[in-house]
Amino acid sequence: MDSLLYGRRRATNFIVLSLSFAATAAGLLVLFLILWSLLRNGVPALGADLFTQNTPPPGSRGGLLNAIYGSLVMTVAATLIGTPVGILCGTFLAEFSRSSRLAMAVRFINDILLSAPSIVIGLFVYVVMVVPMGHFSAWAGSVALAIIVVPVVVRTSENMLSLVPASLREAAFALGTPQWKVVTMVVYRAALQGMLTGVLLAVARIAGETAPLLFTALNNQFWSTDMNNSMANLPVVIFQFALSPYADWQQLAWGGALLITLSILSLNIVARLLASWSSFGK
Amino acid sequence: MTIDVTPMETPTRPHPNIVSLPQPDRPASLPLERPAAKAEIKDLRFYYGGYEALKGINLTLHDKRVTAFIGPSGCGKSTLLRILNRIYQLYPNQRATGQVLVDGQDILDPKQDLNLLRARIGMVFQKPTPFPMSIYDNIAFGIRLYERLGPRQLDERVEEALRRAALWDEVKDKLRESGLSLSGGQQQRLCIARAVAVKPEILLLDEPASALDPISTQRIEELISELKSDYCIAIVTHNMQQAARSSDYTAFMYLGQLVEFDSTENIFTHPKERQTEDYITGRFG
Repeated sequence: MDSLLYGRRRATNFIVLSLSFAATAAGLLVLFLILWSLLRNGVPALGADLFTQNTPPPGSRGGLLNAIYGSLVMTVAATLIGTPVGILCGTFLAEFSRSSRLAMAVRFINDILLSAPSIVIGLFVYVVMVVPMGHFSAWAGSVALAIIVVPVVVRTSENMLSLVPASLREAAFALGTPQWKVVTMVVYRAALQGMLTGVLLAVARIAGETAPLLFTALNNQFWSTDMNNSMANLPVVIFQFALSPYADWQQLAWGGALLITLSILSLNIVARLLASWSSFGK
Repeated sequence: MTIDVTPMETPTRPHPNIVSLPQPDRPASLPLERPAAKAEIKDLRFYYGGYEALKGINLTLHDKRVTAFIGPSGCGKSTLLRILNRIYQLYPNQRATGQVLVDGQDILDPKQDLNLLRARIGMVFQKPTPFPMSIYDNIAFGIRLYERLGPRQLDERVEEALRRAALWDEVKDKLRESGLSLSGGQQQRLCIARAVAVKPEILLLDEPASALDPISTQRIEELISELKSDYCIAIVTHNMQQAARSSDYTAFMYLGQLVEFDSTENIFTHPKERQTEDYITGRFG
């Protein structure tokens, strides 16, 4: 055996392994620093006021109630609009038209939409909804977020449906099951957890989006439940308050940032648990 | 195709694979001589794209009989089975020509309703494929497709199917549990119960025991011999003993052609073709 060659290989192995460790450590360190600064600056802002008071004028007591409510409502509305469209489109691609020209075109366009800058989506909705209506609205914000949801759900549901083994479909067809029942009663059930995971990841994705809301829902200093009016929301409040010179506003911005991060973190954890808890394949 | 029938010397000492058949326990009510033809296959050809996988098959499946299809991998036996319920049509670029007459009607007719056809011709696959739902719903699913039954009647049908598949005693206390919670052998019997529950006329079994342990295999074989009193059964198997034990007729296929088709007894004791003999004695394949 060539001991020189072996020695060189061992050295190379050591160097590459060290570099990999260093890269991993660097990535984790950044994540840890973000979380740490969020916790350090955000935890003092957490308190009953944060969840019970509306956004205040500078210098007075207040919280983020209207922004939390607005974010929740718009995220839910966007999910309700975007999920059915995404799942139906994913079903079309995976079950009904796997390799047609149309399917390939849809897949390609979906990939573009998936990576479209969110500010472009915000501007698009501004032009098609806000300008004709003449005012900012929570509906416009929801639609902008829904446009972000759709490609994520299309992609994940198509992937999850494609993972369902062909043998399961054949078994259902072999009983004389019409195709729509094969899809809705057998294939959907088998792919349910995966598809749900995709929806949760889409929710996590839009929960922190700022750019699409800047031109659509804008912001609102007051409590408002009117979907036809501009509505407060966490990302834009954070954007506005963090840039302000007032210490109490900055404090609230930290609190909001921590809140969003924690909710996205828990959404991701739930999505993970769901994915690992898959029912098919055994 | 024509089969060249050359008389062969009867082997003086039978090869160990030339088994003695459990003929004596054949019920007297089922004479082997005159079973009714259930399906007639005429000049059947099958193409995967441009590749001809079946090259003109002529064969008759008899009612209340088990017909086994044997042959080396890739000989077209599974393909043949997949034509009989037209499951191949789920995939583009696959097509069949010729005729398959079931009770005199050509099921390859483009006007044939595929869902109704598949409700009449059940199929069990190589790997167990329980649906991701409860044991009860796995069985009830197929029944609900074509029949409107009250809950009482449905319960009865589910129990009947599970009993026929010799699974009832093992699952009667956990009908609401997922079908995926069962063992592999139980899952396969669940799939057989599911196929039997809709009362098909023909049952297609595509290597139903190849993924199972010997004990589960034995239960499946017992099941087949029980089921044949009501159904026309076609089974694809790689296991020669299984074909010998559980079938009345055996078809030996090779390279997309039907080499020999005869009663199982004749195939395994006096095969007419050299290739058949070589295959069943393990000299090739």
